[in-house]
Order: sequence, then C-alpha cells, then structure tokens
Amino acid sequence: MFPVKELKRSLLISLWFAFLTFPIMVIKVDPIERTVIWRWDNLFFVALGSFVISILAKVYLLRKERRAGRKKVKKELTEPFVQRILREPRFLFPLSFAVLTFALLFPALFSTYQTNIMTTALMYVVLGLGLNIVVGVAGLLDLGYVAFYAVGAYSYALLNMHFGMGFWAVLPIGGLLAAILGILLGFPVLRLRGDYLAIVTLGFGEIIRLILENWNTFSQGPSGIANIARPGFFGMQMSFDAGITYIYYIVVALVIFTIFVVNRLQDSRLGRAWLALREDEIACEAMGIDRTKTKLIAFSLGAFWAGLVGVIFAAKTTFVNPASFTFLESAIILSIVVLGGMGSIVGVIFGALILILMPEYLRALSEYRMLAFGGILVVMMVFKPNGIISNVRRSYRFKKHPSKEVIEP
Amino acid sequence: MSEAILNVKGLTKNFGGIKAIDNVDLDIKLGEIVALIGPNGAGKTTFFNCLTGIYTPSAGDITLCHPESGKETRLNGMKPNKITEEGMARTFQNIRLFPTMSVLENVMIGRHCRTKSFIPGAIFRGPATRREEEEIVNVSYEILEKVGLEKQVNEEARNLPYGAQRRLEIARALATEPFLLLLDEPAAGMNPNETEALVGLIRKICKEGHSILLIEHDMKLVMSLSDRIFVMDYGRKIAKGTPEEVRSNPAVIKAYLGEDVDA
Ligand SMILES: Nc1ncnc2c1ncn2[C@@H]1O[C@H](COP(=O)(O)OP(=O)(O)OP(=O)(O)O)[C@@H](O)[C@H]1O
Ligand SMILES: [Mg+2]
Repeated sequence: MFPVKELKRSLLISLWFAFLTFPIMVIKVDPIERTVIWRWDNLFFVALGSFVISILAKVYLLRKERRAGRKKVKKELTEPFVQRILREPRFLFPLSFAVLTFALLFPALFSTYQTNIMTTALMYVVLGLGLNIVVGVAGLLDLGYVAFYAVGAYSYALLNMHFGMGFWAVLPIGGLLAAILGILLGFPVLRLRGDYLAIVTLGFGEIIRLILENWNTFSQGPSGIANIARPGFFGMQMSFDAGITYIYYIVVALVIFTIFVVNRLQDSRLGRAWLALREDEIACEAMGIDRTKTKLIAFSLGAFWAGLVGVIFAAKTTFVNPASFTFLESAIILSIVVLGGMGSIVGVIFGALILILMPEYLRALSEYRMLAFGGILVVMMVFKPNGIISNVRRSYRFKKHPSKEVIEP
Repeated sequence: MSEAILNVKGLTKNFGGIKAIDNVDLDIKLGEIVALIGPNGAGKTTFFNCLTGIYTPSAGDITLCHPESGKETRLNGMKPNKITEEGMARTFQNIRLFPTMSVLENVMIGRHCRTKSFIPGAIFRGPATRREEEEIVNVSYEILEKVGLEKQVNEEARNLPYGAQRRLEIARALATEPFLLLLDEPAAGMNPNETEALVGLIRKICKEGHSILLIEHDMKLVMSLSDRIFVMDYGRKIAKGTPEEVRSNPAVIKAYLGEDVDA
C-alpha cells in the first residue's frame, strides 16, 4: 500500500535531519569542565521522529491526492464547513451577532489582564486586515509593514509630547501620515515585483527603525518616549482598569470599522482591480487598469491602518521605543495574513487570534514561540497553502433576465 | 467613410541587435477584418505588443483615429491602459486570464476603464455606485452571452476548457468597448467545430461595429474571414492585399515553403 520508494525517501530525510541537527542536538560543550558531552541518544530520537513525521505527512498527502482525483464533481460537498456558514446569511447574521455580544461583554466577564491581552490580539486583527489589502488582495509582498505602525505610534508620541495633542485628534493624523509615507515610498518601489519589492520594503522597515533609534533629538533614541497620555473621554478622569476597558472598546470599534471598510473595498471595482493585479499585471494593464495608481492605493490604504493601530498602541502602552518595531513584528503580521488565508477577512481574524493568543495562554510554549511559528507556517504551507480559511469568490446568479438578479455570497 | 482608424508608419523594434520588426507599414479602415500572417518568429506578436504599449517602438509612428469623434492620437510611448482607454483592446497568444477569478469577474475587469467609482464610492456604496456595479454586472453578462459562456459565469477562469478560455479573452477585451480589437491567434488549440464557431463570432463582433486585426496561422480561417491580409517575414512586411492576391504572391509562398519553391 505504501510505496517502498517513499519509505526510502523518508529514511533519507530522517538521516539528513539527524545530520543537520547534529551540532545542536548531539554535541554539548561544557565550558566549565572543558569537556564535550556526546548525546548519541538524541540523534536516534531526531532520526526516528523525523522519519515518522515524514511518513505521516506523505500518507496524508497521498490520501488527499487520491480523494481529489476521485470526486471533483462533488465540489459543493467538500466545501469547508466554515465557508458554507459564511455564504449563508441565515447562519452568518446570528453568528456575527453572538460574536459581537461576546466581544462587548468580554471586559465584564474576564479580568483586566485578559482584557488587555484581548486588546493586543484585536490590534493585530486590524494590522492583519490592513496588511491583507497589500499582500493578500493586491499581492504586493511588503516586509516593512511595521514601519507604518511605527509612524503612527511616533506621531502620537511626538505630537502629544510637543504640542499636547490628544488621542482623538492624532488618530486620523497618524493614519494619514502613514498613508502619505506609503505613497511616497510606493512611487519608487512599486515598479519592482515579487522578491525585489519584498527586499526593498524590508530595508525600508529597518531604515525607519534605525532613524528612530539614532536620531536622538527627534525621537529620543533607544530610550523612547514615555508618559504618553491615554485616550481621553470628554475630559473624564479614569481609573487604570477603566482605562484598559476603554481602550478595549476603542479597538473593538476599530475592528468593526476595519472589517466593514475592507469588506466593502474588496467587493468593489477597486478590489477587483487589486485581485486582477495579483493574478496578472500585464493583462491588467492591457485591460485598462492603471497599474501604478492601483498599487499605490493598496499600499497607502494598508499603511493607513497600520498608522491607526500605531496611535492606539502608543496610547495603550503610554510608552514607545524603537524596539517595538523590529522586523519580527512585520514577520508576525505577515504570518497572520498567510496563516489565516490570503485575502480572506475571516481567515485573517482567526490567524491573528491564534498567533497572538496562543503564546499568551500557552506560557510554557513562549520560549519556543519562534520555533512554533516557523513550524506552524511550514506545516500550513504544506497541507493548507491557502490558509485556514481561504477566500471565496463571490458568485452571481442570473435568471432569464439578468437585469436585477445579483445575489451576494 | 473609409478613413483609416489605425495607421502604422515605419514601425521598427530592436531587441539589442535583433530587428524584430523592421520598418512595417499597416493601416486598418473602419469595419474591416484585417489579418496579419507570417511564419513563426516573424514578429507578429511583437508588432501587437508595440501597438498596445507593452513594448515601446524603436522608431515609427502609430496613430489611432477615433471613428466617431475623429480624434487622432499618437500611441507611441503611451501606457497600455491609456491605449485601451483610447479604444483599442487585445487578446494574448499565450492566454493571460485572471486564473482564480470567476469568468464573470474576468469580464468585469474589462469594464474598469469605462467606470469610475473610487474609494468613497466603494465604502459608502451610494446609489450611483450601486447603479454602476449593476451596470458592470449586466453588461458583462450580456457580453458573456454573446460569446456563449453565460452558463459558466461563476466558474473559475482556469477551470474552463482551452477554447472557452480563448473566447473569454475576447469577451474581456470587448468589455473595454474597443472600436479596434486585436486578436493574437484566437483559434490556436481549437478543434474544427470550435474554430467554426469562432469564425461566426468574429463576424458577429465585426458587424456590431468593432474593426478587427487578427494574427492567425489557420489559413482557412484567415482566407475566409479577412478583407485584407498583411504578410510579415523576418520582421519585414513582404506582402499585402486581398486573400486572392496574397495567396498567389510568390514572395509569400516562398516565405511559407522556404527556398524549395524555386528549386
Ligand atoms: N522581449 C524580447 N526580447 C528579445 N527578443 C524578442 C523578444 N520578444 C520577441 N523577440 C524576438 O522577436 C522575434 C519575433 O517574435 P514574435 O513573438 O513577435 O513572433 P511571432 O510572429 O508572434 O511568432 P509566432 O507565430 O510563433 O507567435 C523572435 O525572433 C523573438 O525571439
Ligand atoms: Mg506570436
């Protein structure tokens, strides 16, 4: 049943793994005793483990292939459960109502600590949805997204420090500054494609961080800016706990706003142009779509959301420094989009909640967070390359007269 | 009125040392079906790419004359999307659909340059935007009916059979409302039945007021459809005329059959 060729292959894979991990898993240098400990039993476990995993993976892929070959016709049935729910308004409405109620009651049901974590997770939901426009929908691989997040955070920090401007005044300003920076960066960069774009945006993200770190007179360097005002509510004094709850509700509102806008954008003339651009740039231009303009809009809209969340971040932590805006942050947001499902709003929400909440609740895992990250992404790419919930194309239904019959998914 | 709607004068395109197109003249009049033929590698696709702005010509002039307004536009150096807006659309020899978008959406993309709703419109979705969206969907659907793809509107474009993909490319190009349609080997990979249906379709499109320039290797199709034929070989124009004239032109026969004819 299981081909011998594959067995051989798994064997080779496990040997290769054992070899690769040899320096870290087997050799242990004791610097005090000045001895080397050889842990040969580890070698055995690594080999065995990778052998078993590779066989399991192969079996899974084989079965999937066979299944795909057998019933192509029954596509309706194999459509994932979640997508069927999302397609039907009669499930979707009660479900979103329940989720919304839960979200609104969350601070009352759980501790301040939990609320705070949830706020962070929801901020990443918005960041993910923003980057989703750029990467997921328009297909522009942006590895420097955190730069726009930093712009938002520092605009609030600086405007608040120098001019005493309040949160609500800076919120749109931070978003707009990030969007403008997106356009300025976009002009030279968006001629590039794929890998080149990724590298340049990666560099740009680092440049912004280095500027913040080294331009002391402007940004107070690595020590950052402290004592940033929390958001005000008609000048009311708020306790620490109430402040956290308040920010939580601000973020919930932002999430709802973002979902609404992104959903509308995706299902519009502009959203279709982004999708088409992702699929084939030359055909797009030949069909009358202005490539540069369309890309710029996607880029700056994505940046706008990063700016908004940046302002909230500064207000929430009341402290910003460049260390919050490393490449790792961009990588996490990108993982959210990729893991959740490129171009799928629900997918990105799930992705953010999983990737941000999981390490918080699995404290034991937190040291291996990066390892788990990498592992999860690799596994996802192998087994579910479209993400947890892949994007569904909207379908239209026509009766005899196509005049009025447009039906939402 | 038999004014030329497209006038190409002395078009030349160099790739490094290679002259892919060498001083080619061509003109198309309103309502015509014109064919551009030639052996493989003659430079036909390159010629299309120069016309549609994907390549910038090295020398020569391309002028498009709008049949209604009479407005003349020099296309050299214009961006492809601007050229499409001027009223000239194309299909691709190696199919370039948007593979994971639905058939209908592919055509809807073609409507992009004839509609204008923007970010505020998308977000607020006011009456104007809704009307525009509805119009986009309906026009696209009608075009799909015309090319016979109305049953597959929600299918992903990549799942269509080859011949249907070619027709979808034509539909997408038609959605941009071109007065001149450029077809690059529309019958390639089609079976005889499909080809016959395609001939009917091209005739119908032409009757509806789109002039057509087509590249094709299927001589039967070319001879039965075209009003005039231009023949290229090694980047140069070697002949032009009606199908009868071209069929009996010794230079054309030589280009297609090689030197053997003389021997
Ligand atoms: N981007 C390019 N760079 C360099 N040379 C090119 C390029 N595009 C085309 N050519 C060359 O130009 C010549 C003409 O190619 P073209 O594709 O226009 O031929 P064609 O007439 O369309 O042939 P076919 O009937 O096979 O489609 C070929 O020799 C080709 O190698
Ligand atoms: Mg060609």
